[in-house]
This record gives sequence, structure tokens and C-alpha cells, in this order.
Amino acid sequence: MANITRSPWLLHYDGSSCNGCDIEVLACLTPVYDAERFGIINTGDPMQADIFLITGGVNEQNMPVVKQLYEQMPEPKVVVAVGVCACTGGVFKDCYNIIGGADVAIPVDIYVPGCAARPQAIIDGIVKAVALFQERAQKSEKEVDKVG
Amino acid sequence: MVPFLIIFPLVLAVLLYLIKAPKVLNILSLIGGVTVIAGVIYLTISWVMGGCKKTLLYGDAEIADHAILIGELVLMVFVTVVCIINKRAIISLLSIIPTLAIAAFELFGPKTEAVENINLDYLSILMCDIVGIIGSLIVIYAVGYMQGYHEHHKDVPDRRNYFFSMLFVFLGSMIGLVTSESLLWMVFFWEMTSVCSFMLIKYTNEEQAIINAFRALWMNLLGGTAMIAGIIYFGYTEGMVGLHQLVDSGSAGTIAIALLAFAALTKSAQLPFTPWLLGAMIAPTPSSALLHSATMVKAGVYLLLRLAPAMSGTTIGIMISLVGGFTFLATSFMAIAQSDGKSVLALSTVSNLGLMVACAGVGTKETVWAGVFLMIFHAISKSLLFQDVGSTENSLHSRDIEDMNGLLYKLPKHAAYMFIGIAGMFLAPFGMLISKWSALKASVDGGDILLVLFICFGSATTALYWTKWMGKLIAHPHGEVKEVKDVTKLSEMLSMTIHVVMMIAVCALFPMVSSTYVNPLVASMFGESGQVLSNAVLIILVSIILVVFAVPLLAYYNSKQQDITVKSSYMAGVNVGDNSAFTDSFGEDKEVVMSNYYFSDRLGLDKTMFPLQMCTTAAIVIMLIIIIGGALV
Amino acid sequence: MKISIILAICYLVLAPFIGGLLEGIDRKLSARMQRRVGPPVLQPFYDVIKLFNKENQVVYKSQSWLIVTYFVLMVLTGVMFFAGFDLLMCFFVMSTSATFLYFAACVTGSPYSTIGGHRELLQMTAYEPAVLLACVGFYLATGSFDVITIATANTSAIKYLPGFFIAFVFILTIKMRKSPFDTSASHHPHQELVKGLTTEFSGKNLALFQVSEWYENVFLLGVVGLFIINSKPVSIIVTLVVVFLTFFLEVLIDNSNGRMKWQQMLKITWIVTIVTAGVNTVVLMFIN
Repeated sequence: MANITRSPWLLHYDGSSCNGCDIEVLACLTPVYDAERFGIINTGDPMQADIFLITGGVNEQNMPVVKQLYEQMPEPKVVVAVGVCACTGGVFKDCYNIIGGADVAIPVDIYVPGCAARPQAIIDGIVKAVALFQERAQKSEKEVDKVG
Repeated sequence: MVPFLIIFPLVLAVLLYLIKAPKVLNILSLIGGVTVIAGVIYLTISWVMGGCKKTLLYGDAEIADHAILIGELVLMVFVTVVCIINKRAIISLLSIIPTLAIAAFELFGPKTEAVENINLDYLSILMCDIVGIIGSLIVIYAVGYMQGYHEHHKDVPDRRNYFFSMLFVFLGSMIGLVTSESLLWMVFFWEMTSVCSFMLIKYTNEEQAIINAFRALWMNLLGGTAMIAGIIYFGYTEGMVGLHQLVDSGSAGTIAIALLAFAALTKSAQLPFTPWLLGAMIAPTPSSALLHSATMVKAGVYLLLRLAPAMSGTTIGIMISLVGGFTFLATSFMAIAQSDGKSVLALSTVSNLGLMVACAGVGTKETVWAGVFLMIFHAISKSLLFQDVGSTENSLHSRDIEDMNGLLYKLPKHAAYMFIGIAGMFLAPFGMLISKWSALKASVDGGDILLVLFICFGSATTALYWTKWMGKLIAHPHGEVKEVKDVTKLSEMLSMTIHVVMMIAVCALFPMVSSTYVNPLVASMFGESGQVLSNAVLIILVSIILVVFAVPLLAYYNSKQQDITVKSSYMAGVNVGDNSAFTDSFGEDKEVVMSNYYFSDRLGLDKTMFPLQMCTTAAIVIMLIIIIGGALV
Repeated sequence: MKISIILAICYLVLAPFIGGLLEGIDRKLSARMQRRVGPPVLQPFYDVIKLFNKENQVVYKSQSWLIVTYFVLMVLTGVMFFAGFDLLMCFFVMSTSATFLYFAACVTGSPYSTIGGHRELLQMTAYEPAVLLACVGFYLATGSFDVITIATANTSAIKYLPGFFIAFVFILTIKMRKSPFDTSASHHPHQELVKGLTTEFSGKNLALFQVSEWYENVFLLGVVGLFIINSKPVSIIVTLVVVFLTFFLEVLIDNSNGRMKWQQMLKITWIVTIVTAGVNTVVLMFIN
């Protein structure tokens, strides 16, 4: 199995975030943190993404969007919820329109807490996601072997 | 054989005109078409068996001479009557004056040197083959098409007898035109084709059709007038009326050659005469395919190719190559702005004719080589495209390119043929592209800077309008796809399939065609051949053809076996599931409609045509004054 | 003859590595220009390996084989070039392969990739005259369209073709998908068309697209080298230096320019082509 941990491409989706976490996500790409060191690219296209990075809680309106984006990503894929809102709904949890964290819509693998999450934490979350990404790729390969 | 090929269609035409029963009409037309094909093939074979020699025939044909003179007068009377009925009497002057002039010249003018009236050589046999085979295939196509046409256009009176009779009149006169050695014969057939074109454009008798028909008529008659003026001048000053005598006459023939070349520009619908060809698209498709793309407009190119050795390096040659090259570029720009399939085909026809005209105008052996190949490939692929668009229109009830979105999934055969036809027009390694390449090379050799620039920029724009059309054909349509009932008749499909086969065959046999036919053709005109691309290069090209065909096929079958996941497309909004719409932030479905770029605000005909016409008119007038003035002084 | 076959095989085998390495250098250089550390030089290979290991996902199945055709024709272009074939023929096959890329993009009928495809077409329209004129220039300078003859001429072609060289380097920015002319693929980090014509490519298809781009870049830089190389062995070193400098220039342009609308791209490219290559043609034809 090839090592595919060096090229995690992200799809960043902003649910109903206050934009605090989004700015921190972008901060990761600035020269200070330079996430591209790890081969991380913010693609913006689900078809080409490996890691679904979601900020903000899920509400009625964006529920189908989140689900469809997740569906459009090719296997293997990993979901990272960034910020407390995406993890649980955060301070908006009891709002009339918020259903909850990202995991009410799609299976979340990594939770990055914080309000807003710090860039170091986000990058750390992605690095953890990458390990999972490799694991899943290997697993699916084995399944193919078994079937084959 | 030649008189048979001229007279048989004419006689058949009269017969067809008298028959009203559609079934008999169809059968007779089919028989006629097959007979003409057999005739030209027999002619070609017997000529090749005879050693491919330049053959001059029928030197003494006084009866035929008289018949043609009478024919001219009849034609004049006919045109005059039609013009007067339609309240456009002034146009008839363009027929009356020259016809009377040439009749006077024949009857009372100086005794001209006797000439053989019919000439068979490489070029005229090639033209006969193009006219005979492609022309007859179009007639066969028309049998099915016109049936569908009248099912689709209930408002148009069914005058099929008239239509088919005109097609055959045209076939006969076109064969006469390309085999005539005597200029007096040639000009008669020339006027005949003009009138045929007029009659066919007028077929529906609608207001717009009549306007367009008269535009075509006066522009073509203007060319005919120039031609007659040239012939009479040449006859008076030199006492000769033979085409080869004119070509060999050197500086004595300058004025006549300039006037004939001018006539050729009108026939080939070069700027500023392009509007007549665009207007001609109103006629039913077989006539567009036959007259206005595959054969009649090639008469101008044919004449210029004949004159090429005499024009080479002269001011006339410069004028013709400039006008042709400029038309090539300008009309390819105009074609970008068109979404009507037939308009694109019309403009691209003019554009390609421009390239051929430019090749003939440069007049070196290399450019003539390229020009002849352009003519062969263009005739086949354009005839195919016109027929295809026509029968697609009968089924789809539209010929707009935007409506052809996803045609491949509605009318697969039509779309595939159209795809091949378009690929033949500009993609590597099909014939048109190779010919364009040799035209480029030849014009670089000739040091023709402007022409080089025209070709380089024109190729880019040509590729643009063709590729976007192809993209439409294969793009997947979304949402509910309306079922399209394929009403294509057998005869249409047959003709188109033969065209596709011919096209691929000619591409594959390119090196052979070049060495066995086109090289001797050029050699017979210039004394030596001017093959632009060596046979080694051509063979490599042909092998690339195989690769280009094989790769998509292999890749296609390979992809069938791969496991591929199909997902909905990305729309930056929730895709409703079948890629036809996305849900916006108000929860409403927004339909996705993809359309091509047309730039009609910049390149539309209303913006571009008039200024370009003015430019070219000015250029032609100035050049003609220089040429004729220079020759007279 | 032997050398040309070896060169063609070298291209076939090495071009993806050279192309990938160049892209890696490109990303590293760009990062340094932005005061970042940047990804490892081998990053493009990591990306492509990963893409080959992902699920192959399409909107319509025909995409896959259209991209394969694009890839094969692109490789064929380069092989023909390095085997010393006719230059015009190489470019014609290249246009055909680009057409297949357009088909792969617009066969989906999806909004972003179709718009990207249309822009790709406009890009083709923009660069085609300069490419054809460059071929004409080579022919005027050396009397042949054959790459092998041009490469073994006694003097470098650039001596006669400075204008063509400028025009070619100018359109190289379009072909290499660099800002300000990266209108169709809308590379990272522009994204106003999501991913332009590659929006609906994923997994293997995207990897194949990437590798084709590498083949293409090596081919294009080869054409740049053709301006310099001549029969003297020393010229090989000079050629390599000039090719690398050109490449560096493209990276610099990419990093120091905002993006243009396609209208501006078309206009500027054609003007530059006419002014530089056109004038050069006129001069050359008068000399001849």
C-alpha cells in the first residue's frame, strides 16, 4: 500500500459558524503556520478532497448541503469537525434553528475543540485525520483483495 | 460521354417537371442520380484508360454553338420575365445587356480562332467526379429529405417536381461548366447555374426567400456580366475565345483574366458578396448542400485554379489572394457569433472557399496543390454536414446549435456523423487540416506575409467555432430529456453513410491520391509537381489517423471494464439529484442551463458585415482600376 | 536517427519525473517568494500517488476515456517532438489533445467544468496564432519544419526569431496555466470557478490529467529550448540554462500578477503576437 499521508487535500465547509473558526482555518495557510508544508491544499472541490473540514453547527438549511458534499467526496475520506460548534453545536446548541454538531448529519472522525479553534489545534487535527485516512485506504484495499 | 452527362440531366429535368406523382418522381430521381454517378465513373475510367491525356473534343459543333446561343437568349427572356413579375425589373438589365452583347459578338463580331469546345484533363475530371458523385448523392438524399421537409413544413406548397428538376438542370450545367474549353460555352453554363441557384432559393416563395433569391441573382449576374465583358474584350483584341488560350496569353489577357477572376469572387461568395450565400440558406437543405457548399460555389474556385498559372505573381494574383485570405479570417470571426447550424456551415463554407481562392491567387504549384486538396476534402465533409444538419432538423424541428445539446443521446447516428464531419473540418489529422497546413507552408514559401497571418489567426477562430459545436453535441442533457422521433428516411441515411465512408477513405488514401492524381494535375498545369508535404510525411500522418481513431475506441472499451462510481455534479448548491438544477438558499430549484459563448454583441453579422464589405469593395475597386488601367495604358 | 529515438524514449520515460520535479520546484519557489517554507520538492508525486489510490469518481462515465485520449495524444505530441518530427504536426496533435480535454470537461454538462471548458477554448484561440507563427518562424529561419533539422542548425534560431521567442514565452503563461492567464483550470488558490474544467475530475482521472500536464510542460519547455539549441555541443548547456530561466520567469509572473479576465487575455495575447511575431515575420521575409 502506497503512503498517501503526505497529500491531504481539504474541503472546507462553513456551516453556521460565526466565522471565527473559518478565519483560523485560513490562518493555517498563511506563512506563519504554512500548512502546505504537509502537502495540505484547500481545494474547494468535493470531488478532489480527502478531508472534509467543517466549521459551525448544522441547521435545517445546510443539512442537505453537508450530506451531499460528504457524498460527493471519493473514498477514502475523513471528516474533521473544527470548533466547538461543529463538535456539539456549542453556544448555539439550544437555538431554535440549530440541530447540533456536524455529527448529526455525517459521521465525524476527528473533533477539534476550541472557540475559536487555534491553528495549531486545527493542523494537529488534520495530521490525526491523515493517519486515519491511510488506515482507511489500507482497509478498503484489503476488502478489495478479499472480494477479488 | 460528356454530352450525355450534360444533356441527360437536362432532359430528365424536363421530364421530372411534368410529373406530379411523388412516387414516380422519387424513383426517377433515384434512377437519374445513379445514372449520373455511373456516367462520371465511366467517364473517369475511360479517360484514365486512355492514359490520362488532356483531351480536347468537339471542335466543330456548329449546331451546339447555335443551341447555346438560343439557350442564352431563352435564359435572358426568362430572367427578364421573372424580374418583371416580381417588380425588380432593374435586375434584368444585368442579364439583358450582357446577353445581347455576347449574342452580337457571336453573330457579328470578328471571326475568332476555332477552339475545341470540350476539354478533359485532370482538373475537369476531378470536378466532374465531385459534381457527379457528391451531387448525385445529394439528389438521392433529397428524395428522402423533401418528403420529411413537407411533413414538417405544412405551410410550404409541395413543388417537388420543380425542385428535383432544378437539381438536375444544375447537375447538367455544372458538368458543362467544368468541361467547357470554349469560354462562350462556359459563360452560358455559368449563367445557368446562377439561375438554378436563384430558382432553388426561391423555392418556398415566401417573402424573405424571394428577397434572398434576388440578392443572389443580382450578385451572380454581376459576376456573369464581368465575365462576359472579359470574354468579349479578349475576343475582340486577340481573336480567341479558348480558356487555355486565355491562360497562355500572357499580358495580353490581363484585363480578361481580371474580369473573370472578379466573376469567380462573386460565385464563390467572397467578401463583399458573402450575403448572397448566407441568404441562400433559406432554401431546403439539399440545395444548400449541393449548390451553396459542395459544388456550385466551387465553380469560382475551379475557374481561379484554371487561371492560377496566369495570375501567379501579378497584381491580379495579389488582389485575389488578399481578398480570399481576408475572407477566410473575417468570415471565421462571423461564424463564431452564429448559433444557427446552417449559418455556421454557410460562413465556414465562405471561409474555406476564401482559403482556396487565396491558394489559387498565389498561384504557385504548391498552393494549387493545397487548393485542390482543400477542394476535395471540403466538398465531402461540408456536403455531409449540410445533409446531417438538414435531416437533424427534420427530426428535431430545430437546427439551432443550442438545441443540439446532447444530440448524441437523442439522435446518436446523426450526432456521430456530424461529429466526424466537424472533425474532418479542422482536427488533426484529417484532410482539411493537412491541406491548411500545406497552404500555410506554401504561402510562407511564396513570401506572402499577410496570407500567413490570415491563416494563423483564422485557424484559431475556426477551431473555436467548430469545437464549441462539438462540445454541444456530446454534452449530457439534464432533467427530462424529450424523446426525439427519428424521421430520417433510408435514402438520407444511405447518402450520409457513403459520405462518411468516402471521407475516411480519402483521408486514409491521402498519399495515394496525392501521388496518383493531384501531383499529375499540378504537373499538367505547371510542368512539374509541387507536392508540399512529402509522401513520407503523409504516411506518418495517415498512421496518426489510426492512432487518433484507435485511442478513443480502446480507451472507451477499457473504461467499460473499470469500476467507476457515478456521482452527481458539483454546483455550489444542493444538486437536486439529476444534475438538472440546484436548490438555492430560499429552497427553490434553480435550473442549470449551459450555453456557448457567441459574442454576438461584437461579432454579430449586423455589426461586422457592412464595414468589412465596404473595406473589401474599396480594395477590389482600387485594385481593378489599377489592373485594368495599367493594362490599357 | 538513433539519437532521436533515444530522446523520444527518454521523453516517454523521464518526462513525468522531470515535469513533476519542475512542479515541485515551482511550488517550493512560489512558497519561498511568499516567505513560506513550502511543501517538499517531491510533493507533486505524493499527490499523484494518492490520487491513483483514491476512488475513481465521475459524473458521466465517458469522462474517463476522453481523459485517457487526452493523455495519450499529449504523450504522442511530445514523443513526436523529441523524435524530431515535423513541428507543425506536433502542435496540431497537441491541439487535438486539448480538444479532447475540452470534451472531457463539457461532456458532463455541469456548470463549473463547462465554463472552465469554454475558457479553455478561448485560451486555445488566444495561443494558437502565436504557436503557428512560431512554427512559421522556425521554418523561415532554418528552411525546415523538422525539429531535427532545426535543432542541428549551425546557428541558434533565436538569432532570427527574437520576436517569436517573446510571443512564445508569452503564451507559455497560458499553456502552463499560470496567473494572470489561468482562467480555465482556476488553480489553487484562485477557485472562482471552483476548479474550472477539472472540477468533475477526481481520483485516477485527475491524476492522469496531472501527469499529462507534466508531459505537456516538458514538451513546451522543449520548444523553448529549440529556439536556443544548435549543432554545437556547448549550446546544450546554454539551452538548459535558458529553459530553466524561462521556467523561473513563469513562476515569477505567476506569483506577481493578479488574474485577468479572459477578454483581456485574448486581446493582450493577440496584440503581443501581432506586434512581436508579426513584425519578426515581416523582417524575416524581407531578409529572405
